[in-house]
Amino acid sequence: MRKLHHVAAACAISAIMLSGNVLAQAPAGATAPKEEMTGKELAFNNRKGNCLACHAMPTVPDAVSAGLYGPPLIAMSARFPDKAKMRAQIWDATVLNPATTMIPFGKHGVLTEAEIDKVTDFVYGL
Amino acid sequence: MKQQTIMKLLAGMVGLGIALGAATAHASPSKDRQDLIKYYKGKYPNIKVDDYVYGALAFDADSKAQYDAIMEFPPFDSQIEAGRKMWETPFKNGKTYASCMPNGGKHIAGNYPMFDEAKDKVVTLIDALNDCRVANGEEAYKPNDMKTMGPLTAYMRTLSDGMMMNVKVNGPKAMAAYADGKKTFFTRKGQLNFACASCHVQNAGTRLRSELISPAVGHTVHWPVFRGGDNLVALQNRYTGCFSQVRAVPPPVGGTVMNNLEYFHSSLSNGLPMKASVFRK
Ligand code: HEC
Ligand code: HEC
Repeated sequence: MRKLHHVAAACAISAIMLSGNVLAQAPAGATAPKEEMTGKELAFNNRKGNCLACHAMPTVPDAVSAGLYGPPLIAMSARFPDKAKMRAQIWDATVLNPATTMIPFGKHGVLTEAEIDKVTDFVYGL
Repeated sequence: MKQQTIMKLLAGMVGLGIALGAATAHASPSKDRQDLIKYYKGKYPNIKVDDYVYGALAFDADSKAQYDAIMEFPPFDSQIEAGRKMWETPFKNGKTYASCMPNGGKHIAGNYPMFDEAKDKVVTLIDALNDCRVANGEEAYKPNDMKTMGPLTAYMRTLSDGMMMNVKVNGPKAMAAYADGKKTFFTRKGQLNFACASCHVQNAGTRLRSELISPAVGHTVHWPVFRGGDNLVALQNRYTGCFSQVRAVPPPVGGTVMNNLEYFHSSLSNGLPMKASVFRK
């Protein structure tokens, strides 16, 4: 019986966590993001910005189980008096820090220019 | 590979040329390994190097306790048993794997991958098993076939449990293969622009979303793993998953790029004990 219990435990764990795909693999597909997404949706969606993989957003209640690769996104307008500088960080973080692990969203075409504008607006308000 | 060199490697291609040049000129594989360990220990002084073999579990006591409970009665025993039958069943010519592997196949897994001077390439344990099959008139298995090679290696590697990983890099050709693997490990790839090292060096012990990231030292001692309890995954299949995750095209399993990567990656675990077939979520 003990053994069965462990098998069941293992299965339950696998059902929850097997994926291990913290970064979604393909940008398009059956569950492709919908056409018109808000800045927040783009920032949360794991095929788009997926910012939560690396950044907490302490002032956003539904920003849960965020990763810790990057600093929490908070008080952004105070930290970036120049909004364009923050947009540039999102477009290509390797300019400021060649060893960064942040994805070059603009340079590598992960997000379109219009999507980066929307994400910038959303994050700037945090 | 000093802290500075590691940071240069992480900085990407520009640094890579310089840093690799510097590293290959005077840094031995054992120096590379020691420098990485120093890097991890600097960040996590309280985690024992011996515990790196548990990967991400070393950083999370709750998950480690769950793992220990599952490993008491592994849900994958029947697949190991199937592998044992494959191992013991003679080929059509009457010979067995044990008769054509060094030391009857016992306590040898930690010597692989090895550089074979005659073949002028890296030979993984899976290659060695296939060579044995072919030499005895059988067809080679596909290296990533989890119905054949999977259970066979899952059992075969239990015969080396407790052996220390002991990958040797001797001579200029072996060193070149090692350097090639090291380059793959430190080069950014894919649309998302990650190197293996971006996650498994720079962010080891950190969460990416809710996933804790394991250190590269200790990575190679426990393959294949049973993900979710009974889903068999070989080391190079795991590499494939990590390549795809960053939207890079994975090189073919069993090809030179993967084998050289496994060669470099395995030497990082030298001195750590082998433990075949563990549970991973
Ligand atoms: C895979 C990791 C990762 C992802 C995904 C990521 N970032 Fe970052 N981010 C970082 C890291 C690491 C830093 C720290 C600075 C650096 O190294 O570039 C950072 C820094 C930043 C900064 C500067 C913060 C400051 O105060 O200096 C901003 C703004 C930012 N990220 C926004 C975003 C947005 C918006 C997204 C999603 C579209 C995002 N990041 C996705 C890793 C990531
Ligand atoms: C974007 C992040 C990321 C990158 C880049 C990455 N990995 Fe991983 N890797 C993960 C995650 C997440 C896991 C699952 C959690 C863990 O065990 O670290 C993982 C697991 C592994 C494991 C299994 C560890 C174990 O004990 O089960 C190996 C081996 C591995 N990666 C090797 C590689 C190699 C080699 C590369 C480069 C080709 C690579 N990874 C690139 C995120 C990454």
